Amino acid sequence: MNATLTSQRRRAEVAPLGRMVAAQVRGTLLFYWRNPAFFVFSLVLPVFFYSFFGLAFGQQRVARNVTVSYLIMAQMGAYAVSSILVFNIGIGQANRRATGQDRLLRATPLPAWVALFADVVGGLALSLLSLLALFVVAVAAGGVRLGLPEWGSLLLRLLLGSLPLLGLGLAIGYGASQNAAPALANLIYLPMSFASGMFIPIQTLPDFVRAIAHYLPAYHYTQLVLGQFGVSQEALWRSALWLAGWGIVLFAVAIRLYRLDQIRKFA
Amino acid sequence: MEPVVELVRAHKRYGSVEALRGVDLAIHRGEVVAMLGPNGAGKTTSINLMLGLRRPTSGQARLFGRDPGDRQARSRCGVMLQESGLPMGLRVRELVDLFRAYYPDPMPAGRALALAGLEEQARVQANKLSGGQLRRLYYALAICGDPELLFLDEPTVGLDVESRRAFLGTIADFAAEGRTIVLTTHYLEEADELAERVVVIDRGRVIADASPGEIKSQVAGKRVSFDCPQPLDEAALQGLPLRHLELRAGKVRMLTNQPEEVLREMFRRGIEIRNLEVTGADLEEAFLALTGRHTPANGVQTARRPEAEEVVG
Repeated sequence: MNATLTSQRRRAEVAPLGRMVAAQVRGTLLFYWRNPAFFVFSLVLPVFFYSFFGLAFGQQRVARNVTVSYLIMAQMGAYAVSSILVFNIGIGQANRRATGQDRLLRATPLPAWVALFADVVGGLALSLLSLLALFVVAVAAGGVRLGLPEWGSLLLRLLLGSLPLLGLGLAIGYGASQNAAPALANLIYLPMSFASGMFIPIQTLPDFVRAIAHYLPAYHYTQLVLGQFGVSQEALWRSALWLAGWGIVLFAVAIRLYRLDQIRKFA
Repeated sequence: MEPVVELVRAHKRYGSVEALRGVDLAIHRGEVVAMLGPNGAGKTTSINLMLGLRRPTSGQARLFGRDPGDRQARSRCGVMLQESGLPMGLRVRELVDLFRAYYPDPMPAGRALALAGLEEQARVQANKLSGGQLRRLYYALAICGDPELLFLDEPTVGLDVESRRAFLGTIADFAAEGRTIVLTTHYLEEADELAERVVVIDRGRVIADASPGEIKSQVAGKRVSFDCPQPLDEAALQGLPLRHLELRAGKVRMLTNQPEEVLREMFRRGIEIRNLEVTGADLEEAFLALTGRHTPANGVQTARRPEAEEVVG
C-alpha cells in the first residue's frame, strides 16, 4: 500500500478551478432542490401579489401599449429578485457561519470566493425561476405583451439593478448571528421596499416617506425597472449612478464585516 | 528530511488567555502522532495553527515547508474538525464528490466510502445519519482528497464503545498505508493504541514527546488494584504514600511509588484484600504523573476510561 502512495506523484499542485466551481455550484443547486422551504416564498409571493393587484387593478392604461399590469409585474419582479438576494444568499451566509460550514471549507483548499460565487449562481437560478413564473402569469392572465428585446432589457434591469441589495444581504449575513439575521433583514428590507414604492405606487405615499425614499437603493432600483416602460421618475443614468453608489457602500460594509468575522475566527 | 508539518516557538494568545506558550514540534513523513492533554491544554490550538485555521501570535507554523494557508499545502492534507457543519439535504455520496473536487488528485469516491465504512449510507442525507455515521462522513470527507497528511481533532468524541473501536481500526488501516497522521485525544488508550509518538501538552506547553512505551517508563510507579468486601472510605487509607486513589463499588485502584509499603500498611490496618493485582503504570497513570493533575477528561476524581464512557449519540 505504501507503494501506491509514493508512486502516485501528484500531477497537479491544486485542483482545477473549473472543477471546483462546477462542483460547488452543483452542491448549491442540490441544496435548494432538497430544501424547497428555503425559497418557496420568494417564488410564490411575487406571483401571488401580482395576481392579486396586477390582475384586479391592472387594466388601467398609463401609456401607449402599457397598462398598470406591466408596472406591477416589473415591481414584483424587483421584489422577487431582491428578496432572494437578501433572504436566500444573505441569510444563507449567517447559517453557514453558525453551523461551522465556513470552518470546514476553510480547512480545505477551496478558495473562499468559489463558495460565494456558487451562492450567487444559486440565487441567480432562483431569481430566473421566480421571474419566469411571474412573466408567464403576466402574459397568460395579465395581458402583458412584450417583444424579445424588451423582455431582455427588463431582465437586465432587474438583475443588474439588484446588485446593491446583494451587498445588503451579505452585510447582514456576515454581520449578524443566525438568529438575528432574519429579523434584521425583515427590519431593514421590508420597510425600505414599502417606502421605496416597490409594492405601492410612490405617488400614493405620504410626503415625508417620499422625501426619504429618494435616498434609498430600493427606490432607485424600482425606478430603474419601471424605466423600461417609460414611467420612471428619474433618468436612467440617475438611477444607475445612485445604485452604483449604494453598491459600493453596501459591498464595502459587507467586505468589512466579512473581514471582522474572519479575524474573529481565524486570526 | 524536511518535516511534513512543524511549529517553531509557536505562541498563541486569545485576548488575555495564553493558549500556547512556545511549542516546538516537527512531524515527519509517515509518523502517527497523538497530541494528548486535558481540555484547554492547547491541542486544538496547535492543530489550528498547523492547518492555518489560526495564526500564531509569535513563532511559526509550516505545512509542507509552506505557509499553512497556502492552497498547495492544503491540497495535500485532509482534516476532520471537532465542530463543523454540512449543507442540509445533501447525500453522503454527493458530499464526498463535492469535497473530492477540491483536491488535485482525489481517491475514487467508492474507495473513500469503503474506507469510512459508509457504503450502505451513500444515498442517505447527511442530516439523517446517526452520530457515529456522521463522524464517519467527516472522516470520509477528510480522506477523499487522498491526503499525505491527515489531521483528526478528537476523532472519536461522542462515539459509543463499539463505534469507537471500529473507527480506531479504520484510522489504523489508513496509517498503515504510510500516511502521516496527527490526532488529538484525551483518551490515553487511544493514543497508546494508534500512535507511535505521543506529544503531551499541558497548559500550552509540550511536557513530553516520546513513544507511548517511553512515556510509561518515565513513571516508576505501580498500579495496585484489589476488591474490598468491607465498606472502605478514604479515611481508612489516610497517610498511605499514594499518588492517586480511586474507590468505586468495592473496587480500589491506587497509584504509588512504594507498593510494598502501601500493602504492609494496609495489612497492618486489617483491610481485607481480594483479587490483588500489582502492575506497571499504564499511559493514563503516566499522564497523571506527568501533569501532576487528575483526570484529563474533566477533573473529577476518577480517571475515566473509554470503557466507562456513557454511550452518547
